[in-house]
Amino acid sequence: MKNKYSIFSLIKNAFSQHENWKQAWGNPEPKKEYEAVIVGGGGHGLATAYYLAKKHNMKNIAVLEKGWIGGGNTGRNTTIIRSNYLWDASAGLYDHALKIWENLSQELNYNIMFSQRGVMNLAHNLQDVRDLKRRTHANRLNGIDAVWLDTKQVKEFCPIINISQDIRYPVLGGTLQRRAGTARHDAVAWGYARGADAMGVDIIQNCEVKGVKRNGDHVEGLDTTKGFIKTKKIGVVAAGHSSVIANMAGLKLPLESKPLQALVSEPVKPIIDTVVMSNAVHAYVSQSDKGELVIGAGTDAYISYTQRGSHDVVEGTLKAILELYPIFSRMKMLRQWGGIVDICPDASPIISKTNIKGLYFNCGWGTGGFKATPGSGDLFAHTIANDEPHKLNAAFNLNRFVSGDLVDEHGAAAVAH
Amino acid sequence: MFVINCPYCGERDQSEFSCGGEAHIVRPKQPTELSDDEWAEYLFMRKNIKGVQFERWNHAHGCRKWFNMVRDTSNDKIHAVYKMDEKPPVI
Repeated sequence: MKNKYSIFSLIKNAFSQHENWKQAWGNPEPKKEYEAVIVGGGGHGLATAYYLAKKHNMKNIAVLEKGWIGGGNTGRNTTIIRSNYLWDASAGLYDHALKIWENLSQELNYNIMFSQRGVMNLAHNLQDVRDLKRRTHANRLNGIDAVWLDTKQVKEFCPIINISQDIRYPVLGGTLQRRAGTARHDAVAWGYARGADAMGVDIIQNCEVKGVKRNGDHVEGLDTTKGFIKTKKIGVVAAGHSSVIANMAGLKLPLESKPLQALVSEPVKPIIDTVVMSNAVHAYVSQSDKGELVIGAGTDAYISYTQRGSHDVVEGTLKAILELYPIFSRMKMLRQWGGIVDICPDASPIISKTNIKGLYFNCGWGTGGFKATPGSGDLFAHTIANDEPHKLNAAFNLNRFVSGDLVDEHGAAAVAH
Repeated sequence: MFVINCPYCGERDQSEFSCGGEAHIVRPKQPTELSDDEWAEYLFMRKNIKGVQFERWNHAHGCRKWFNMVRDTSNDKIHAVYKMDEKPPVI
């Protein structure tokens, strides 16, 4: 890597008042033709380009981003990473990602601030208890660490939780994955961008795709705001806008795009050193290194590309947060935002070829794509390079909506949808 | 969040309503004769339009009646509301 970060480079640059750090990635104009073009410069897209270059020796690659890299859902999520999904296919997919997360800072030579602070999922009724216990057993059979905690143990693990049995949705227990945690979301995009750029990938920002050029059953290139770019392989990782690109190619996807909201509070001293999620009451909370509470809310129940979301959704989430954590009652919320998430009918992603040769989609991550970023990029790169899925993403093909072999993860998705 | 002009009750908050997704998807007349591809198309594949979209809504916490709506999903502006048995307006 041309500009390796280390304690020595830090000291060296201190002598020049940190004014001589080199730009971490370039800002090239697009070439006329690429071996492969990735549409979408978020974490998943940049990771795909990184692994295409690193593991599949494809160097003539571009990543097209209509805004700036990491400015979409990569910079809008609540940074939670876990792999405690119910079904074997999902467990394989998400734990593959978690294993890459564990060494990613070293691999990228970029501190992504991965913190295995644990993720706890709460149960609020008898059915939750049964579902979560079942999921714990399924996780352990798949080699994923998971433990069941009773109400007292939940309180010990996170002392600020209200375990009174008089509240509307009392805490009846929870599951804990200790290997789970958080990472600094935009550092993930920046780290992958820097790594990909160092291997010769062109990262082209402010370049929006306007059309997909097809010749019969295969693709020939992309019309963009920076002109036509010729390529035989297009990997679309456009999150909430996946259907927009698919429609350009004359393809329909089983997706609905909805705003998902999050919000952060004013910064306070450390008060919660883990991530607590509750599917039933639609609230999850952690604390950033800056001290802000990071709170995830739900999706609006209608299609929208507005990137803001409805007030009543946030209100409902905060009601649940206050009942579970009365200590937060006087906290002020500083910022609120929405990201457009593409939701599949079975709440599982699509990492797949299509019936158009050379057109690949990585989409449908819905409300929980951040956690999978490295694994998703790795497996999508494999799918694009070999024109065949890796065994870990074979189940996440587009054809499952025809065959009926769905991966129903509604129970394990972070937010009920 | 927006205000919806229910054709039966008048203007109400959107939180009183539930969205039934894309409108005018016709249930196949002979389901037993469909291929798997055609079933998938009917059940799962959606246009998911960014822009003007025709969709079904239900006044779930009001009159509980279904109706159709034309809305721009890029800015949530509502162009028209019409009853189930009425012809879709030209937008």
